[in-house]
Amino acid sequence: MLVLSGILFAIGASGVLLRCNAILVLMSVELMLNAVNIALVSTARALGDLDGQLFVFFSLSIAAAEVAVGLAIVVAIYRSLGRTDVDDIGAMHG
Amino acid sequence: MIDPIVFWTVATLSVAAAILVVTARDLVHGALAMVATFALTAVLYLALSAAFIAAVQVIVYAGAIMVLFVFVVMLMGRRDVGFSEPIGGQRTLAMVAVAGLAALLAWAGANGVPASVVLGPADTPLPDLPGGFGSPASIGDRLFTEWVLPVEVVGILLLAAMLGVIVIARSGGLRGRGIESTAETEH
Repeated sequence: MLVLSGILFAIGASGVLLRCNAILVLMSVELMLNAVNIALVSTARALGDLDGQLFVFFSLSIAAAEVAVGLAIVVAIYRSLGRTDVDDIGAMHG
Repeated sequence: MIDPIVFWTVATLSVAAAILVVTARDLVHGALAMVATFALTAVLYLALSAAFIAAVQVIVYAGAIMVLFVFVVMLMGRRDVGFSEPIGGQRTLAMVAVAGLAALLAWAGANGVPASVVLGPADTPLPDLPGGFGSPASIGDRLFTEWVLPVEVVGILLLAAMLGVIVIARSGGLRGRGIESTAETEH
């Protein structure tokens, strides 16, 4: 179970490293968060301890907040630049 | 102990769906593959006696987050998306790094922890669970006694995220090629 979690995490990391579209990068970050949640729930089951599931609950809330903010930034960048490739938005100085 | 059939089916399908997300040429296909990954994860949670977390997973991930993604994709129009190669040889380097990470994590998951925690499909006997383990009642009981401060902090975090999104969306977003101060544009 932990091995499956590690493999899914690595797939998500490859998405972050390889893709240039900001939305796909965000999706890959979600995959990585999801992989960590699998590890937490399986450890909670193996130890018979409910705390792992509570961690997952908080991690889910934070993932929701992160996606909302991330997608709002993507939409804002799209409105001002007309595209959403992470390579084009390197210049982010105020 | 988890049913080996359930485990291997879910594990194979979710790894395949995750690879589809990462290699998607169309953002909508990527979003659909991501729903598949999240739904399969919910099945895994049910098998791990985490009923409440499985329900929350379906509602929040496969529901809310997915709707947000699809909404933004539709807002910007479907288009083909490629792979990035801003630095020469970056793809090869990234693949090597990711393969190394996968090997390291898989090794650590299999050998770096006590065998009772690894939790393969047919492993050492698991501890007996109290009745209602992972049910909404047991989670809520812990959440609002022992974990009440983190709950409040997460509530404030969600409020801050909501306000931040409203500010970003209202103030016309980012101007030019840099992020300007949004404080002067909001009224």
